[in-house]
Amino acid sequence: MKFTPMTVNVLKNLFNTKSTRPYPFVVRDPFPDARGELYNEIEKCIFCGSCSRKCPSQCITVDKEKGLWTCDPFACVYCGTCMDVCPVHCLHHKETWRHVTPEREMIVQQGTPPKPKKKKEDAGEGNDKKAAAKKNDAKK
Amino acid sequence: MAKTVIPFGPQHPVLPEPIHLSLTVEDEIVTEAIPALGYVHRGLEKLCDIRDIHHMIQIVERVCGICSKIHAMCYCQGIEEMMGVEVPDRAQYLRVIWSELHRVHSHLLWLGLFADAFGFESLFYQFWRIRERVMDINEATTGNRVIVSVNVIGGVRRDLTPDQIRWILSELDIVERETRELESTILDDYTVRKRTVGKGMLTRDQALALGAVGPTLRGSGVKEDARQLGYAAFKDLDFEPIVEQDGDSYARNRVRFRETLQSINLVRQALRKLPEGEIATKVKGFPEGEHTSRVEQPRGELFYYFKADGTKHLDRLRIRTPTFANIPPLAAMLPGIELADVPVVVLSIDPCISCTER
Repeated sequence: MKFTPMTVNVLKNLFNTKSTRPYPFVVRDPFPDARGELYNEIEKCIFCGSCSRKCPSQCITVDKEKGLWTCDPFACVYCGTCMDVCPVHCLHHKETWRHVTPEREMIVQQGTPPKPKKKKEDAGEGNDKKAAAKKNDAKK
Repeated sequence: MAKTVIPFGPQHPVLPEPIHLSLTVEDEIVTEAIPALGYVHRGLEKLCDIRDIHHMIQIVERVCGICSKIHAMCYCQGIEEMMGVEVPDRAQYLRVIWSELHRVHSHLLWLGLFADAFGFESLFYQFWRIRERVMDINEATTGNRVIVSVNVIGGVRRDLTPDQIRWILSELDIVERETRELESTILDDYTVRKRTVGKGMLTRDQALALGAVGPTLRGSGVKEDARQLGYAAFKDLDFEPIVEQDGDSYARNRVRFRETLQSINLVRQALRKLPEGEIATKVKGFPEGEHTSRVEQPRGELFYYFKADGTKHLDRLRIRTPTFANIPPLAAMLPGIELADVPVVVLSIDPCISCTER
């Protein structure tokens, strides 16, 4: 008995697994290292602002005084540049995406900015001492 | 019979993108076609005044979604040559691998859209189902599906692990097998032949005179491919440009189908020859002077012109995309065909209007 190609196809389609999946009930697992939603490990962040300067879509703002790190996810292009340039490696992409939302929500994270170093005072004292030493040298 | 002028587009069920054609029709036969552009102009070239040279990589990727990787490669290559940066060999090979994967998925997308243009819906589904595997490779290796953002000036940002290489090779085997299964349908089917053979003729002389590029040029019997320049790692890979002599829609279809298989072969070659080493060099300073850069996109030759004055912004960036070069040949193909064949012939040059208008 000979089967036509169409019959073979029909039988294949009946017994093979489906090419599609019934989304959203079955969702494919994300690939590792996929660039999903951006988040900041805010405890590590030193608020240097490299991410906001290097971002091509300029979606990140960093407020060093208040310790605020803000990202506009609607402007973000998920390129991962901020992640590469971060000196303390506190920026990461989640593997999953943000859920659909009717409202424009910004990603705002509050952290504690590092205390400013007492450079000026130290430097000032140092300078004074050096100046005094120079004066003494001159007198001698 | 009196002449009638029929507007075709900018929104048409067959065309994915907005191009307008004023078709002068006499007795169902097109006698003249005048294209009009300008519906999706975004001013990306002007952005080089505001964004610095490193930001511009992500901006040029957005000229076209389908060949984003190749735009970024062309841009980075030009800037690197201006600054005298030596790109590591491994980075050159990785660039070729991703750009050829882009060619595979772009051609599979086009083959599907072409089948859709003459109403062959199930063939359209089949090609797009295969394409999904290539998109998965993109996502797993680069992080994104379409706009992959892997290029930087001086190299690439991601590397391939041996596991990933093995997985890509096994996936490519499946892609090749499934594409070959559809060969007899897309090339020999009665419906496909009826709608494409002899439609939209472009002779060899016309193609050369009107400046056609890519599969449109190679479909008319001209053996020219920008990859023969040997940019990136193409100088080390074996390939011959694919040429068809007929110059009709069917010849262009054949060229694209055969190029899909050729690109899969090129990815395999590059993966096997992939050298060890660094994937990027650090780049300091800014470019100065004038330069041009050419690469081969799925649609044809892409051309970038740079002018820089040593600051972090480029003075001028001019992009000539393949569809822009293919519009005069399209205007020459349309006269003499039936009105019902216009969508198929327009689609046969693989128009990308977002590219053309930037």
